[in-house]
Amino acid sequence: MSEKIKDYRGEALKSADFKEGRVPTEKCRPKAKFAWSAGIAIGRFLEELKKGKIIASTCSKCGRIMVPPRIYCENCFKPTDGWKYVKDTGTINTYSVSYLAADASRLKEPILVAIIDLDGASKNMGLIHKLGEVDKDEIKFGMKVKAVWKPKEERVGAITDIKYFKPIKEATP
Amino acid sequence: MSEVAIVGVGCVGFQPILPELSYKELMYEAAVKAYEDAGVDPRKDVDVFITCAEDYLEGFSIFDEFVPDQLGAVLRPLFTVSGDGLLGLANAYMLIKTGHFDTVVLEAHSKASDLLTLMDVIAFALDPVLNRPLGGHPYYVAGMEMNRYLHDTCATVEQCAQVVVKNRKNACGNPYAAYGANMTLDQVLCSDMYFYPLKKLEISTPADGCVVMVLASEKVAEKLTDKPVWVKGVGWCTETPNLETKDWSKSVDTRLAAEMAYKTAKIHNPRKEVDLAEVNDLFAYKELQHMEALKLCACGEAGKLTEEGVTARNGELPVNPSGGLLGMGYGLEASGMEKLLEVVLQLRSEAGRRQIRDAEIGLAHAWRGIPTTTGIVAVLSNNK
Ligand SMILES: [Zn+2]
Repeated sequence: MSEKIKDYRGEALKSADFKEGRVPTEKCRPKAKFAWSAGIAIGRFLEELKKGKIIASTCSKCGRIMVPPRIYCENCFKPTDGWKYVKDTGTINTYSVSYLAADASRLKEPILVAIIDLDGASKNMGLIHKLGEVDKDEIKFGMKVKAVWKPKEERVGAITDIKYFKPIKEATP
Repeated sequence: MSEVAIVGVGCVGFQPILPELSYKELMYEAAVKAYEDAGVDPRKDVDVFITCAEDYLEGFSIFDEFVPDQLGAVLRPLFTVSGDGLLGLANAYMLIKTGHFDTVVLEAHSKASDLLTLMDVIAFALDPVLNRPLGGHPYYVAGMEMNRYLHDTCATVEQCAQVVVKNRKNACGNPYAAYGANMTLDQVLCSDMYFYPLKKLEISTPADGCVVMVLASEKVAEKLTDKPVWVKGVGWCTETPNLETKDWSKSVDTRLAAEMAYKTAKIHNPRKEVDLAEVNDLFAYKELQHMEALKLCACGEAGKLTEEGVTARNGELPVNPSGGLLGMGYGLEASGMEKLLEVVLQLRSEAGRRQIRDAEIGLAHAWRGIPTTTGIVAVLSNNK
């Protein structure tokens, strides 16, 4: 607010005015529920996660092994022609440390998020997931990681069937 | 300025539900069909891609970002029109008219079955302070409009029911229709009263499906196909968001949108010049009200024409030979594309059992549903 103006017209609102209902508002919580069909490609992907496996789809034209799988190659615009398992190990492409929850409140334990290029998939193909069993200061670009799966009986066919990825301790030569 | 033509169409659905496909896979299949029909490679031959989608109906914020892959539009110019497919057509038409773009792809779809609370989302479109707190199902708005329309025009409930009988029957001949049926007038009239005077069977049922079309400039169209369908005019208009002040008897937005489209298309006597009309029939009475707004007949005359069979598929002025939304299913933002698809197929003489002989000029009309007052009109012809 401008320092030159000494007297503002009207009365300044205080947070109590809102809390105590002196400012008219209408509250509403929308009821919007969705159940997206996973479809052919992601449906298969989720089924495989339940089995503890990661599946990709392949394009014979450009030779890409694509994960998450899709029924079409978006570069060639042709149907994919095969399925192929990839490994549950990979390399950190990029990462961040999220100190905030979605409502912007400060998290007690920050969430470590990363893009993981999976072994066996084409370049820049993989998953976005969380990292675990690692200190935030130890995370490095190109770090080798491996999926830590939920126990079989707890898996439901969801991306969270993988708990997180953890660093692979590389054998010192 | 170049003329604008539709040179390819592809449709998947419409079906009550398509649970086996994700929305992306649904779009991909319709796109493949449209590109094959047009003879274009989307990776090389398309200048702009347009999708028509409303985030709230998709369950995504910024839905357009999820579109490129399945349309062949990766790293290509793309944008979303948050409205009915026919509004997308208006955009495609204008792009080509500028002379800067030769080939434009247009997409709209419905995955209504993914939306578990469709009516709650529609209710969410009501004014949050003045209307929504009153509660109730949002389609009571249609009940009030139908009531005033019948009161002012002397159209009868039997005439409205006849629209349902006609459209559901037409849908039996349409492989893209989800709800073809042979019904009697009594069945419709005896169906449950939902929003007086609107009955259960007079309300279109949602369906899943996707329509993709390829549009091209004159120069490109004539290279690609010997059956171009020319877009002769488009018009669109919105009346007012205030239910308290809108016209409850007439569809003013549709009237003005039609006048805009007719002017460009040089249509002076729609009743005589239009060979078939695909008119929004989300609710049965809307077909009658819209026919009048589109100047296909005088005010208050649509019901009588329907009763007399003039608007039947083999009548003098076929209205909704596709089966309309009552017969094909309510395709949300793809509703206008369902209409457009039928007009294109009819004008290409590819409508099979539904074919209207010697059809040269077709009209596609969309209304964005409750509680909107937005109407869109396109006039198409197989003659340049
Ligand atoms: Zn490929």
